[in-house]
Amino acid sequence: MREIVIISGKGGTGKTSVTAAFASIAPRAVLVDCDVDAADLHLILTPTVQETHEFYGGNTARIAQERCRRCGICVDVCRFGAVFTDSRETDDDRAAVYAIDPIACEGCGVCAHLCPHQAIAFTEALNGHWFHSDTRMGPMVHARLGVAEENSGKLVTLIRREARALAEAQGHDLILVDGPPGIGCPVIASLSGADHVVIVTEPTVSGSHDMARVVSLAAHFNVPASVIINKADLNRDKAAEIVHYALAHRIGVLGEIPYDSVITRAQLAGLSVIEYGDNPASDALRTIWSRLQQHMATECVR
Amino acid sequence: MRIAIASGKGGTGKTTVAVNLARILCRREAVQYVDCDVEEPNGHLFLTPSITQTAPVTIPVPDVRDDRCTHCGACSQLCQYHAIAVLNHMTLVFPELCHGCGGCARVCPEQAISEVGRPIGVVERGMAGSVAFVHGRLNVGEAMSPPLIRAVQALADPQATVILDAPPGTSCPVIAAIRPSDAVVLVTEPTAFGLHDLTLAVEMVRVLSRPMGVVLNRADMGDDRVEQFCAREGIPIWGRIPHDRRIAEAYSRGEIAVDVLPDTIPFFAAVIDAIRSEVPA
Repeated sequence: MREIVIISGKGGTGKTSVTAAFASIAPRAVLVDCDVDAADLHLILTPTVQETHEFYGGNTARIAQERCRRCGICVDVCRFGAVFTDSRETDDDRAAVYAIDPIACEGCGVCAHLCPHQAIAFTEALNGHWFHSDTRMGPMVHARLGVAEENSGKLVTLIRREARALAEAQGHDLILVDGPPGIGCPVIASLSGADHVVIVTEPTVSGSHDMARVVSLAAHFNVPASVIINKADLNRDKAAEIVHYALAHRIGVLGEIPYDSVITRAQLAGLSVIEYGDNPASDALRTIWSRLQQHMATECVR
Repeated sequence: MRIAIASGKGGTGKTTVAVNLARILCRREAVQYVDCDVEEPNGHLFLTPSITQTAPVTIPVPDVRDDRCTHCGACSQLCQYHAIAVLNHMTLVFPELCHGCGGCARVCPEQAISEVGRPIGVVERGMAGSVAFVHGRLNVGEAMSPPLIRAVQALADPQATVILDAPPGTSCPVIAAIRPSDAVVLVTEPTAFGLHDLTLAVEMVRVLSRPMGVVLNRADMGDDRVEQFCAREGIPIWGRIPHDRRIAEAYSRGEIAVDVLPDTIPFFAAVIDAIRSEVPA
């Protein structure tokens, strides 16, 4: 079983278009979208949802007004500024009403534990949903974090585990993971323990800056990495710099994808670049895929 | 006024819009550019500030005194993040899981826990011409960005017009970035991914009840579904930036469009005018 994760550091470099192209080429892969707060892979793969599950990532505090004595201890102990007071007319007098902002609440439970009047409920919060689906390219595990919700890393870990279980149960030997942008919590949850990371970058100052940070991240978690340069002809000098950087860091360069509107047109048509027909970008992606296979084969030998 | 520049989808042009707005505004007023994308900060690549102050940012994590600890387990029962555990008469701390809530130190009956700062990144400040500059850099391998984002925002200048450049997405780092704003500019592109992630971003801004408008980048690249969505939802379009290879090439070199392509100034100036006319100061 091999698990390949596609990430980029910088957003909008083409992770999802590359993942969808790989999914079109690869036989019998399980597909996973780990960009749980702005997932897009389903727009190309148009999954038919087979199972929907709720995701509870943690707890949230809530003040029961009838028990609250307005002592204010919760305000003092909350490190996240989540308890606020709202001056409001009440039956007896004009007094401060304490309440918890669910968006600011970090779910630590300290207020609930320390409230002398047991006025704070600390209960499981529904943070999102995750799905088992079928697509024309194979089974897919994906998720939707609720808007403004927490615990994206936990949700990513959960759907990767589910994808692995599904792959084992149905005899798939490949998992393709579309990762989130950045280098923080959900990215770490997406790549730790994976077999290989494919970094999609672009020849811009920000593309190469952000690539360098994800290269370090992959090294930090001991995951072998390789690079694809998308929109390669936008800036030839930058593209050459990226190749030098990759070589200096012993990272394979799988290939380049031309700066071509076909990627946008395929996306608007709801198709992967491969399905959209033969064009320079689809040719490039086929070559990149076969290089990736060779690259991973030599990694296994090492 | 604090203007947050956000988007659900990455790579739609947040930083392009943010640095161009800052550059135009600085000709007539005090402007501060605050880069809240601490995972992948990019604004400095364009504004090239001279950094004059660098400060580490830490979060408080527990430090257990073995001579006082009785291994009662009160700390680990409270901790929601599995950052402190008592096993075989040993109290183990996993600092990278700790959110810094301070609960363990408070509940310890033996006062055996104090807190020490664990570095998660740095905040840097400086000047980029007449634009005041602040950004944060999360250490590579560090999962927790919101505390660093809040540290970056704590340096926002109440006297200046502040441009907050947000990270992509719709979860905690973005919320942390746009909470202190007075208005949110959502940058998107007329593609399927752009539209889908815009709908999520709009929901997020509605949860926070901030005035918002859309800037359509590469406006003539795709179809008109984003414009239809905005019309249906009553969300104003604060600007349209054309799909122009020259802008993309300038960006690739780290150049600011309004500096090197004067004909692009009206597109960004229009965004400022739209915000000023639609959002009460």
